[in-house]
Amino acid sequence: MNASRISRLLWLGTGLFVLAMVFIASLGIGAKPLPLGIVMDSLLGKLDGPESTIVLQSRLPRALIGVFGGAALGVSGALMQTLTRNPLADPGIVGVNAGAGLAVTLGFAFAGITQPYSLFAYSFTGALLTALLVHLISIKGVARPDPVRFILAGLAVGAMMNGISSAITMLLPQVFNRMRFWMAGSLDVGELTLVFAAMPLICLGCLAALALARPINALEMGNDTAAALGTNPIRTQTATLLTVALLSGTVTAVTGPIGFVGLMIPYIARWTVGPDLRWLLPFAFLYAPILLLCSDIAGRLAVAGELRVSTVTAFIGAPVLILLARSRTAERSGSQ
Amino acid sequence: MNFMRNRTLLIGSLDGRFNARVPLRNIIVSCILAVAALFLSVFALRLGTIPISLADMMSALVGRATPRIIMIIVEWRLPRITMALIIGAALGMSGALFQSLIRNPLGSPDVIGFNTGAYTGVLIVITLLHGDNNITITLGALCGGIATAVAVYLLAWKQGIQGFRLIIIGIAVSAMLTAFNTWLMLSGTHETVMSAALWGAGSLNGMTWSRATPSAIACITGMLLCLGLVRHVRLMEMGDDMAGALGLSVGRTRLWLMIIGVLLVAAATAATGPVVFIALAAPQIAQRLCNTRSMVLMSSAGTGALLLLLADTIAQHLFTPYSLPVGIVTVSLGGVYMIWLLLRGTP
Repeated sequence: MNASRISRLLWLGTGLFVLAMVFIASLGIGAKPLPLGIVMDSLLGKLDGPESTIVLQSRLPRALIGVFGGAALGVSGALMQTLTRNPLADPGIVGVNAGAGLAVTLGFAFAGITQPYSLFAYSFTGALLTALLVHLISIKGVARPDPVRFILAGLAVGAMMNGISSAITMLLPQVFNRMRFWMAGSLDVGELTLVFAAMPLICLGCLAALALARPINALEMGNDTAAALGTNPIRTQTATLLTVALLSGTVTAVTGPIGFVGLMIPYIARWTVGPDLRWLLPFAFLYAPILLLCSDIAGRLAVAGELRVSTVTAFIGAPVLILLARSRTAERSGSQ
Repeated sequence: MNFMRNRTLLIGSLDGRFNARVPLRNIIVSCILAVAALFLSVFALRLGTIPISLADMMSALVGRATPRIIMIIVEWRLPRITMALIIGAALGMSGALFQSLIRNPLGSPDVIGFNTGAYTGVLIVITLLHGDNNITITLGALCGGIATAVAVYLLAWKQGIQGFRLIIIGIAVSAMLTAFNTWLMLSGTHETVMSAALWGAGSLNGMTWSRATPSAIACITGMLLCLGLVRHVRLMEMGDDMAGALGLSVGRTRLWLMIIGVLLVAAATAATGPVVFIALAAPQIAQRLCNTRSMVLMSSAGTGALLLLLADTIAQHLFTPYSLPVGIVTVSLGGVYMIWLLLRGTP
């Protein structure tokens, strides 16, 4: 027990250190590489000029949303996988991102949203309603949650919502123009205000997730045992669903849909620190941003015109998903 | 309804060289589908910004109306409706073939990633090879689609094909290709990308006889070949061992049926761009209409034709004066259909 606690702490410490390194690197690397000294000086406000403008105006929002957005993606993915007992649950795969996208499209098209918080409100509502819909469809008429049905329901709902979104964007050219950038799924948001608006919401979501870790752990043992241990299953599930929607809705509102981060990180986390959510969530909080920022940096270096981060994560994540689908766990969950 | 149960029709010559047993219900369903498709076609022909009376339409079809009306009916609306019917039928039949061969209701070309792969092929042809004509686009769609379908099938193969694994691997490969597609779209120039994007939305807009002919010939040939092999499909459904014992060369038959299925879906996709859901849903709906568990090729084709024409009519006229690509309507309908299936607890 002691040794494993030390190794878990070591993992988290390493994660924190690597995240700090990647954050600095993300500020320095790009179309115009900047040395470490200039980055630090502009961060501390000691430097004025074009370099500090690049760092503060363009790269800082990007790195910050990489950290917080990545954390939100990782934590929401971990929560969703534990709640649905499905190793393949990811907000992108089960249609939650598509639902947030539809809500944002509707907001742009018919309500003319401009404020960050109204954007978040639409995205949150869309994510929440979609998650609920997928959940309800997947549990209707079956005795216990079936991972295959959950994925299929997510696929169906996601396809429908994407179809409606693209119909709206095709019918209204002005919406198409705004959605084109949003749909791209990039960390290059360019506005510090949007990032600062999202940060408190993401922190709130992550704290709520940590608070829920123990009750969800109890739920892992089955609803009856959890109830005997003093956990209210319905209340816990509802709170978890709200948290997932808050986290994935907020990050999707800012960056657009980014897939696979929420799928991969919990998997790696279970492998390194075990299935206990009290350890798994902090791990996801630290390592998901590392993955996201590294993907972003790789996208900047890979080709001249920059690859967007969602492209890079798809290329890393899809092979992982294929391996997972061929692995034994997925076979067990998919064999009914 | 009762008299239809288990009744079969025997068609054949006395020497036994040619005979076929067809359940009566399948024939009735096919006829009803054909009549419904005919009515819908007439309705769709009359619909549009320029309303045309039934009498005018009929005289235009036999070439006795004013040149303007003949132009509208015969040159603009008729090719579109004909192609919707042919392509819908081809997609429905290829779906039936795939689902029967893979022995899974989800084993349709949409799930196997054929459409995304075909789009990747077209994008590569247009943006990287600068080949912007019908033949190269068709070839690109064909190569991309087949390569993707084969890759997904092989990746999902692990002592057999299991539906869930096939879907997940289809999602993964499609996600990767979609990411690649968006990157190609961003790296190309505006005009080339626009023509690729138009194809990618899956649309029957601007269908002309000259554009329609090659694909229509390929689709009809494929369907005829498929109907010629219908007895082999029946035997294959009994399982590989049984089919082999009854004198069928299982491996070769499966290969041929696969080739025909791919030909059908490729010909359809090349003409319109990716149109999902028809190949997935038409065979399932046809099975329910015919009240059978085996694959019904003719009824699947009829259902597919009817579905695509219906979807295209909705796409064209629901939001007049704007018209949507039919692919968007079918993807939304497909989502609703799958949800309905799940709610009924079928898969």
